[in-house]
Amino acid sequence: MLRMRNVTKIYRTDVIETHALREVSLEVSTGEFVAIMGPSGSGKTTFLNVAGLLEPFDTGTFELDGADVSRLSDRTLARLRNEKIGFIFQSFNLIPDLNVYDNVDVPLRYRRMPAAQRHQRITTALELVGITSRMKHVPAQLSGGQQQRVAIARAIAGEPSFLLADEPTGNLDSTTAGQVMDLLERINKMGTTIVMVTHDPELARRAHRSVHLIDGRLSDTEIYRPRAVASPDLGAATA
Amino acid sequence: MLGYYLRLALKSFTRDPGATALMVFAIALGIGVCVMTLTVYHAMAGNPIWWKNDRLYAVTMDSWAAERPAIRDQPQLPPWQLTYTDATYLFNSSIPERKVLMYPVAAVVMGGNQGKPLKVTSRVTSADFFPMFEAPFRYGSGWNASADAGPEPVIVLSYDLNERMFGGANSVSRILRWNNHDFRVVGVLDRWQPQPRFYDLTKGHFNEPEAAYVPWGWGKALQLRTVGEAKYWKFEKLDTFEQLLGSEVTWIQMWVELPDAKARTRMQTLLDTYWAEQRKAGRFARPQNNRLTTVSQWLRDNQVVQDDNRLLVVLAFVFLGVCLLNTVGLLLAKFLSGAPVVGIRRALGASRSQIFIQHLVHAGALAFAGSLLGVGLTALFLWGVRSMYGGDPDTSSGGYQALAHFNVISLVWVTGLAVVAALVAGLYPAWRIGRVPPALYLKSQ
Repeated sequence: MLRMRNVTKIYRTDVIETHALREVSLEVSTGEFVAIMGPSGSGKTTFLNVAGLLEPFDTGTFELDGADVSRLSDRTLARLRNEKIGFIFQSFNLIPDLNVYDNVDVPLRYRRMPAAQRHQRITTALELVGITSRMKHVPAQLSGGQQQRVAIARAIAGEPSFLLADEPTGNLDSTTAGQVMDLLERINKMGTTIVMVTHDPELARRAHRSVHLIDGRLSDTEIYRPRAVASPDLGAATA
Repeated sequence: MLGYYLRLALKSFTRDPGATALMVFAIALGIGVCVMTLTVYHAMAGNPIWWKNDRLYAVTMDSWAAERPAIRDQPQLPPWQLTYTDATYLFNSSIPERKVLMYPVAAVVMGGNQGKPLKVTSRVTSADFFPMFEAPFRYGSGWNASADAGPEPVIVLSYDLNERMFGGANSVSRILRWNNHDFRVVGVLDRWQPQPRFYDLTKGHFNEPEAAYVPWGWGKALQLRTVGEAKYWKFEKLDTFEQLLGSEVTWIQMWVELPDAKARTRMQTLLDTYWAEQRKAGRFARPQNNRLTTVSQWLRDNQVVQDDNRLLVVLAFVFLGVCLLNTVGLLLAKFLSGAPVVGIRRALGASRSQIFIQHLVHAGALAFAGSLLGVGLTALFLWGVRSMYGGDPDTSSGGYQALAHFNVISLVWVTGLAVVAALVAGLYPAWRIGRVPPALYLKSQ
């Protein structure tokens, strides 16, 4: 569960202060799929960076699975990111030197998992996104849709509680975008909480609810559909 | 994780071979120049018989003229060598456990495989030379004191001369001609090359030991004059060998081995007493300056390591510093160009310290490659030094060519400098890349 209370984030230079987040309060329950909407510059990505423990915030409180994360060391934050959060980016952010298998392996390496366990996690994640046959390909040899599926496999291989997706279909055509959204829905149904930033209302409607950010402030919430009951049966989801 | 980091480093090398080669070469060049200088310096500065530093002493006394010192730029020192009169008197003392008188001579040898006369350097010396300076024997042994007095026609050959004359075979008991006299080989030395050649520094500090050794008595018997240093301060007629023996010319080297401080005190007393008697008899116009000098002090007094060499070492380190500074710049540029990937790794759970270690391993791998190439360059540079100073060790530049070899000391230096290079070149770039805010690059990648 993710809980923010009056979180503020200000970017400062010598001459200017930019209020990226203004007293944002949001609660995302376990298993929820929430879309964050808003125009460019509204603070969506900053919200995601703060939620993903990639940037500190200035005031307010932030709890992740019940633990206050406002004053943790870099090492603890890195561990929390590694164990609890999976990231999906608009530009995929795969490591160009590494092949598909090694890309998915990255977060597991930092968890110091034994090789056999890592292998099992990687193959399961790649099977889930349907890209096992491209295991030895490097990102440049894949299409955008395939790259995003690899990024999703990398995000879920560590079985995180949260998936934070920043415009995950922004660089994809509509058909591929639909496939990626199907995949995210499937992952959500398996119990993973998803927070997705988008400015596409069509995609947002596939979440349980959407919240709107304007000028760093949460404005309103729309509820589209009730939450599905989580299914732990990975095999069934893969089939 | 180290294996993983190493794999990432190797992957990165292949992605960017030009920049990698440049960095490796910069490190190698710095290490190569530094280790070459250090190897030569170490060989020059080392005491090749350090374990006997509290036992071996060069014997000197100031027999020079009243109006000027024997050594102009070190007026506090007596002359390096003794007169024949003083040396032979002191040699009769029973205080030292071992004692050596000696001087180098020219000789012509013939025999064995050597059909034609061969000019070699030789040393007229006393029996204790070999055990005192721990010269190792391949075959046979040295001679005893009675052979010195006889003198007996016995000879000890160096390893190289034995190779040349007898093909390396055991030549003990074989007869050869030495300066037109038959000599019986009693011993063949193993490879032996003390650097610096501490026991005789008069004509170059790093010359090779002589090719043959004959008993002390042959010097007088064959009236052999020194080919080493002979210095005098007053005009004397030296037409005959007898005149030389009775002159104030200093040309005999004397070393003693004293087992303890008590023996050293007794030997010093003997020197001072003898000096006082001679002064009464009208010799020794200068103040009393009789010395028993340890090998380390002897090397310092002889300025075996000169200030120029020390400066050269400093310059070599400065050069290494410049090379490493270039590497720091290149590495920093390379690491920062990989900042977006670091951002991804941070998002996926890498801590700052993990990023730091990953990049430090990268720098370490570069330094390792640099040190391997550095070994090659060092060997090449040392070969260059040998070539530059090549030729006859007796006539060329103090025998530098003999000490410019890649050895264990060089390897230790390479290893040490590789670690330093990895740390110096890698620390700042690795620290800097670890501080990159991950979110900055994730959107823009």
